[in-house]
Amino acid sequence: MEWRHKDLISLEGWTREELHFFLEQADYMEELMNRPIKKVPALRGKMVVNCFFENSTRTRVSFELAEKMLSADVVNWSASGSSTSKGETLRDTVWTLEAMGADAVVVRHGAVGVPDYLSKKLHRASVFNAGDGTNGHPTQALLDLHSARKKLGNLDGAKMAMIGDVLHSRVARSDIQAFRKMGVTVTLSGPATLMPEDTGSLGVEYVSDAREAARGADILYFLRIQRERQEDGLIPSIDEYHRRWGATDSLVALASPKAAVMHPGPMNRGVEIASSVADGPNSVILGQVRSGVAVRMALLYLCLGGAR
Amino acid sequence: MLSFPQLEERGEAPCGVLSVGRVFAALLFLFSDTMSEPFSRRERGSFLRKGDGIVVKAQSGNVWTEKATVMTERDMERVLRRIAVEIVERNKGLDDVVLLGIQRRGVHLAARLREIFKAEEKVKVPAGELDITLYRDDISTLADQPVVHSTSLPGDITGKRVVLVDDVLFTGRTIRAALDAITDLGRPERVQLAVLVDRGHRELPIAADYVGKTIPTSRSENVEVRVKELDGTDGVVICERNGGAEHGVEA
Repeated sequence: MEWRHKDLISLEGWTREELHFFLEQADYMEELMNRPIKKVPALRGKMVVNCFFENSTRTRVSFELAEKMLSADVVNWSASGSSTSKGETLRDTVWTLEAMGADAVVVRHGAVGVPDYLSKKLHRASVFNAGDGTNGHPTQALLDLHSARKKLGNLDGAKMAMIGDVLHSRVARSDIQAFRKMGVTVTLSGPATLMPEDTGSLGVEYVSDAREAARGADILYFLRIQRERQEDGLIPSIDEYHRRWGATDSLVALASPKAAVMHPGPMNRGVEIASSVADGPNSVILGQVRSGVAVRMALLYLCLGGAR
Repeated sequence: MLSFPQLEERGEAPCGVLSVGRVFAALLFLFSDTMSEPFSRRERGSFLRKGDGIVVKAQSGNVWTEKATVMTERDMERVLRRIAVEIVERNKGLDDVVLLGIQRRGVHLAARLREIFKAEEKVKVPAGELDITLYRDDISTLADQPVVHSTSLPGDITGKRVVLVDDVLFTGRTIRAALDAITDLGRPERVQLAVLVDRGHRELPIAADYVGKTIPTSRSENVEVRVKELDGTDGVVICERNGGAEHGVEA
């Protein structure tokens, strides 16, 4: 397979064959995590800058681990304490980083479209979207595919129930796109106030009853509920949310017996997911974290290598 | 949808800040085509793969053609049997011997040796597979990234006698990478090298302990080892690149 992508802004342009190839490469990267020395020289001499304008723990750490395991030089840049606070534009900031020799910029930003914009402004460096506003989080979708595939095998024809705050979730947007590409049927559930208006145009169905969505599903994906949503009047109460849409043992019992229970983290135990489910036999939540490092290694390796 | 880029396109937005006035400016710009540059502009060109692990850029008239068969299926079997005998002799048995096949054809050759040991010596020799892609020294100069394959060891290799198995020994760079990979995976008592074909043109001080056949070649030729598992047939052929070549390709 020839690899034609230099950046990852969104998975829109990726074909199913490319996703299959990519996930297989990620499998081999995951092998590295079991070795006594978890480091290979593949990206020696490449410089990667992690630019996080928004808080992140797992995405930033897993990108950093992936970069270090491939022997890239890592620079962590954060908006606070940088020249951003002196009024420098984003464009000038990344041009500066590129002039210093950055081969790739990993960017998370609160505004939609920033990674796309940077990929057009940068002359040489690759750009990887680590989350832009409510728009997308493509590496999360890749890691979710990777861990779902590990649990279920072939995903083609599988059924997924995605339950929670779809409206404010960039994870939901990227995951719906990626899982549908792999042949998965996605059904959304959650309070109608937390659903986008255009569920039809996303190619998914919406049912308000979580039990109906979960029945027979192969993947149960629970999205994070922010407590502020209650203050905004979008959910009645945390308790009622948990009863109706939370991941409980009785809800998981409706799904296929070997269903994968997934959550992008960080979890609110007792809100969108009960501890007994999060730590239960169907949960692949820690597997998702592991997959996060593996897919980011595959991404860096495939997009950063080769003659420029 | 509020889009940050249009703002900065005009140099108006400082990092991470959106004001109401700027949002209005952004709306005006939504209909401009500054955002619509196609993604494909930044994608790489198309490449043709030759052999495994290496991708060479396709140029017009640059096609590999078969020139001569240098080993038949029967030759290959005979040679592997001889190498198996030599391995037993050199190591005075098969105690602590571990076969490590280099992806991809070396893996299948190692499996053949294992079968021979099982039949002739009644010993099940542990065998693993080693992928050296991530240890290559030319990774930043190749046109495209080589594909990564699986590495799996049959257990701890520390203190063992590792026999590396590869199909063709050429520049020696693959073996250099394999030695680095092995160093990261454990500390064997010794490492030996078995190859089906030694075609010369070494660029590093590396020699094989067991050689199936030495074949003098020119750099414009390529030695292709074929195994049933991947290619449908067993055998070794020499191919030549039409139009001549400056650099050979390591199989």
